[in-house]
Amino acid sequence: MKLEMRDQPGQLVAALKPISAVGGNIIAVIHQREATTPAEALAVQIVLELPEGRLERLLELLREQGVNVVRIGEERLLYECTLIMIGHLMHTDLSDTVDQIDRTGSAEVTELSVVMPAIDSPSSARITIRSTNRAEMKRAMRILRAVADQKGLLIIEPLEDA
Amino acid sequence: MRIAILGFGSVGRGIARVILGKGLDITVTGLADSRSGLIDAGGIDLLAALSKKERGEPCGDPGISPMDVVERAEYDILVEVTPTDVETAEPALGHMRGALRRGRHVVTSNKGPIAIAYPGLRALAEANGVLLRYEATVCGAIPLIHAMQEGLAGNAITRICGVFNGTCNYILTRMAAEGLTYEQALAEARDLGYAEADPTYDVEGIDAAIKLVILANTILDMDTTLDDVERTGITLLSSEALQLAEDQDCTIRLIGEILPEAGVLRVSPRIVAKDHPLVVEGTLNAVTVETDLAGDLTFIGKGAGSTETASAVIGDILYIQSRHVQGY
Repeated sequence: MKLEMRDQPGQLVAALKPISAVGGNIIAVIHQREATTPAEALAVQIVLELPEGRLERLLELLREQGVNVVRIGEERLLYECTLIMIGHLMHTDLSDTVDQIDRTGSAEVTELSVVMPAIDSPSSARITIRSTNRAEMKRAMRILRAVADQKGLLIIEPLEDA
Repeated sequence: MRIAILGFGSVGRGIARVILGKGLDITVTGLADSRSGLIDAGGIDLLAALSKKERGEPCGDPGISPMDVVERAEYDILVEVTPTDVETAEPALGHMRGALRRGRHVVTSNKGPIAIAYPGLRALAEANGVLLRYEATVCGAIPLIHAMQEGLAGNAITRICGVFNGTCNYILTRMAAEGLTYEQALAEARDLGYAEADPTYDVEGIDAAIKLVILANTILDMDTTLDDVERTGITLLSSEALQLAEDQDCTIRLIGEILPEAGVLRVSPRIVAKDHPLVVEGTLNAVTVETDLAGDLTFIGKGAGSTETASAVIGDILYIQSRHVQGY
């Protein structure tokens, strides 16, 4: 989000405090003077991670501090994980496989590339899942593993976490 | 210093050649292959034994068994390099117990006994005031066990992951580089002598899983068996899957992983970024050890081969010599 505040000592700290108060995690603070900013004001961009449903409370607290929120850009699905699946993906109802992830509401399949070399031979797919947080990604992976187990699919997970 | 060598295949002969080639101050007083044995307190003629083997003959007297060598030869260190049996660990386990009971040090490349019976063997060694060393059981030439036991002493190890099987790594390297199918790459690995006629042990991830069990039980104080390892091999991998990984600057490697906190041991194909240090080519092995003090360390080297495995065995022999054998 982009914030504007009075250019006075202690103002930046006052703007950051509410973020931790609502359980948020500050990822980056970018501060540069811009021509469009009034001389007595300070413009700051903050990248942060917030638990679901805390944004309204944060905005309220910021307003109380006299901080003006200029712009908010929201990315809901922050975590991304790409896997490869091998097996009879179509015969085992690929859309159901995708659906089981999407149904969670907090993780979804955002990309799918399928290669089918020949009828009756196993196909391979690269599947990208995005989720709201790490715990939801773990849950999505558990679901996918269970589905793969049941449908006899091989899942190749990434070495490192999302 | 005097040693007895049990097993005169690729590893045993590699050790003999290094002793001869480097003129090491090591006298071999006992030697046995699967069909015969030799006992000579004055020192066995290794050159003669090697050329007998090359002619396809037994190295010694058919009337002398490996157990005779264990019990009757005069040696400081028993070098147990017979073929491994991952189910029973025999006959190697019996050989090692026999030597430890006699108060003799043991050096081995034999995975079975270390994976299955390490706590008992270590207790037996301690009770008899001798050492048991097994560097060659994991990743051939890479001094991984020594590094973790000595160099990283004092560190908490939070994760170990790596490429523990050269045969699988060769197959996956070739599938990625040339678009070969699994069957084509396996056939090529067989032609080059990297894969056995029955490749199950390698391609199903059993070999890698045993190495994880050894590291877990001997370095991380875990109590695990082969059945505790979640294991998926590489036999179902498609060249299309490798291409899909490649499209994202990634590749697929068979990765063995231990997470001590979570108690997880697993061997499975994983997607790895191509610039990741574990992405090594051909038959190489690579292992990353994550620690609290030293950070992450990655070891890369040859995981198999006669001379490479001999390197690990000789390292263990000289370690014992420098610390524990009287007169040195």
